[in-house]
Amino acid sequence: MRLTVNGTLHEVDVEERMPLLWVLRDELGITGPKYGCGIAQCGACTVHVDGEAMRSCQLPVADVWGDVTTIEGLGTPDAPHPVQAAWIEHQVAQCGYCQSGQIMAAAAFLARTPDPTDTDIDDALSGNLCRCGTYPRIRDAVRDAAERLRGG
Amino acid sequence: MGRIGRIARRSFLIGSVAVAGGVAFGTWRYRTPYANPLHEGLPTGAAALTPYVLIESGNITLITPRADKGQGAYSAQAALIAEELDVTLEQIRVDPGPPSRAYWNTALSEMVADFTAPGDGLINSAAHGTLDAMMKFAGMQITGGSTTVADSFTKLRAAGASARETLKAAAAERHGVPRDRLSTGEGAVVLPDGTRIPYTDLAAQAARIEPVQDVPLRAPSEWRLIGKPMQRIDIIAKSTGTLTYGIDREVPGMAHATVLLNPAQGGARHGFDASEARAMRGVKAVLPVTGGVAVVADNTWRAIQAARRVQAEWGEAAFPPTMEAHWQTLSDAFTEDRIDSRKRDDGNVADRLQNNGIIEAEYRAPYLAHAPLEPISAIVQVNDGGAEVWTGTQIPRFVQGNVADIAGIPFEAVTVHAEYIGGSFGHRLEDEIVRRATEVAVQLPGTPIKLTYSREEDMSHEFTRQIAMARLRGSVRDGQVDTLDLGIAMPSVIASQMGRQDQPVPGPDSEIVAGAWDQPFAVPNQRVTGYRAPELAPISSWRSVGASTNGFFYNAALDELIHAAGADPMEERLRLCDDPLARKVLEAVAEMSAWDGTAPGDGRGRGVALTYSFGVPCAEVIEVTGTGRGISIDKVWVAAEVGLVVDPINFRNLVQGGVIFGLGHAMNCEITYTDGVADQNNFHAYEGMRLRQCPEISVRGLENGDKIRGIGEPPVPPAAPALAAAIFAVTGTRLREMPFSRQVAFA
Ligand code: FES
Ligand code: FES
Repeated sequence: MRLTVNGTLHEVDVEERMPLLWVLRDELGITGPKYGCGIAQCGACTVHVDGEAMRSCQLPVADVWGDVTTIEGLGTPDAPHPVQAAWIEHQVAQCGYCQSGQIMAAAAFLARTPDPTDTDIDDALSGNLCRCGTYPRIRDAVRDAAERLRGG
Repeated sequence: MGRIGRIARRSFLIGSVAVAGGVAFGTWRYRTPYANPLHEGLPTGAAALTPYVLIESGNITLITPRADKGQGAYSAQAALIAEELDVTLEQIRVDPGPPSRAYWNTALSEMVADFTAPGDGLINSAAHGTLDAMMKFAGMQITGGSTTVADSFTKLRAAGASARETLKAAAAERHGVPRDRLSTGEGAVVLPDGTRIPYTDLAAQAARIEPVQDVPLRAPSEWRLIGKPMQRIDIIAKSTGTLTYGIDREVPGMAHATVLLNPAQGGARHGFDASEARAMRGVKAVLPVTGGVAVVADNTWRAIQAARRVQAEWGEAAFPPTMEAHWQTLSDAFTEDRIDSRKRDDGNVADRLQNNGIIEAEYRAPYLAHAPLEPISAIVQVNDGGAEVWTGTQIPRFVQGNVADIAGIPFEAVTVHAEYIGGSFGHRLEDEIVRRATEVAVQLPGTPIKLTYSREEDMSHEFTRQIAMARLRGSVRDGQVDTLDLGIAMPSVIASQMGRQDQPVPGPDSEIVAGAWDQPFAVPNQRVTGYRAPELAPISSWRSVGASTNGFFYNAALDELIHAAGADPMEERLRLCDDPLARKVLEAVAEMSAWDGTAPGDGRGRGVALTYSFGVPCAEVIEVTGTGRGISIDKVWVAAEVGLVVDPINFRNLVQGGVIFGLGHAMNCEITYTDGVADQNNFHAYEGMRLRQCPEISVRGLENGDKIRGIGEPPVPPAAPALAAAIFAVTGTRLREMPFSRQVAFA
């Protein structure tokens, strides 16, 4: 099976129903996407497929229809994506384990909704669980990232 | 093996603190010194230093022995060293170092001692027995009790200062300039002519001279880092998916394993049939482990799939089959012979409660999972009489001992690498996963076994927060609270937890009454009695431990009495408050929330609570609105007294996180058991708070006290009772049982 992740083409020999998350983590060694629940309840595993935010724990690898972007492909420590830059600036993370998923969800959301209301933000990101309670800063960082992306 | 471990093993020179091309510093002299862990191989008596600073030709490494579960402990520890060492946080690396008795947590023992009332009437020795059992276990390198900052505050700054002055001495020697004419800054010694000599160039020379000891610490007015907003050292990695957590760690040649455990918590595994699982793709082995079966495969998902196909015969759990029976056990524990402590007995409660008009109520708090978002994992490799462990843990020394026992090898033959942890809340004070990974690893010698629990196995086999029940009898007089008699029944969390480490726990368990007997309210007739219930489901320390249940019980009870007295919850607390630090905290939240005793209107209601826990008085005011869809939690104002706010950003973040943690669990979380099996095994059934439910949270840190305190736990206990009080203000319903979703809906 072929899979493009962060611009690199990979050939993987796995069961068709293996969730994308485990192909990324255990077959390709891409560990930015996290395992939190495995049942679509936490969002820690969120990646983009063709720009759309997907829960990779629920997506059989055979159903991946386009290029996959993980947090590692969104931006880097030296060149962070505007959403990541906002996350750094607001020091959102506590343990940080949910944040790959939060950031990927926020990036896809802002690409669709460049000028969100507070309710839009709450609705879009309430599926991403943070056990450490970083929500107040997630809100701030999303608002800030929206501005950065609009070139403000 | 981590760099530090490797260096320690090979290259320490006998009789000095030199390492290959470098030098290690520390200043804390223990009364009974433990061997410096970076001096392995030295005679014990030769070690007077503990190492916190390691300078080599290319690197400055700060050793931060307390685990970072997400609370920013590494950054706080690094900042304390850097403050005196004169390095910037960008110039240094941190390494948790090898587990060692030299890093034992003195603050944890002092803290327990602090909160132990000596010679209390009914039961002597109070918590000292518990304390000693916990602390005397050789070298308690434990991260817990919000003690990291307090423990580190002097030690780490002293280490930094000693290193700085020794480096200056080395430069003085080399350049023939007196040490007091040298200065330091940004990782270099500066000569009088302005020439900068990087510390790393001085390492070899510094290693040859006697370290400068007993350096006076800088005055607060000179601090560059402490008290100022800092950027956490891990924030960029955590925002770019580049931080390696324990669950991400890869070791060459490793196999992926998972477990199928007896669904009944703690029950035995009898026979099992793994024929179907063994035939599945990628499965390498199916092996017995304590209470279950481990599947070893080439991929975690394949291991999890195969584990579900294992058939096994299970024994029963060692606790009652229904929750009714658990509650009945607590209810039956309110008897004279089960009294564990009565650390408070003021006025004359018995007489006052002869009168009419006694107010009575009963409160309940359920079992709770810690459920950090990272499921637990550990890598263990056993070979040639040695073992290596890679895991996130708050108890590295216990891990070392348990792995040694299971593998049948000496303690020193076990190396533990501390990994970054994706949350803990007390979960990583348990090490069953490491033990099971070791059981697998000894059956497959040479292969590193990475054992990862599925979320379902993790949540349903948690060592949960204690279940607890409280009973109030009280009375009011002349518009004031007059008598408060609170009995609290729970099993001993410390006995359950330490029992799993084979540590005896003599004496009463102060956690049974923590957060209730020690509150700063001078109710004239006041008694707090702890009743020790028999062991039920196995339990463990959950963020704020005893206070997590008792802060709710005490404040809820106080509120019932204040209401009966017709008084204002804030005014009456202020009137009763007999502790100046706690009073300031209450005054702060009253001011922040503009509390004036009047109902805010528009379907809104407010509640206030204060809990003194871990040496920190923390008060919260919560405002809710009753909406058509249920209760909406809108605003929270929090104030806490910690002596010194080391980093205002991390302080605010920890407080906000603690409030959300307290609220989320009070809203809708519980673990219940049916026939020993947890009824909740994933986040669909254990929701906590979501972003859309999150209130605005305003935070103020007070610095009036003279002791530095940690803030990881104190914001948790007041959240539930303040929420209950706010809901009462809106609905008139007294919530006496958590989670509140049993009685009210949340928007
Ligand atoms: S791991 Fe995919 S949603 Fe939780
Ligand atoms: S930062 Fe720990 S789960 Fe979100």
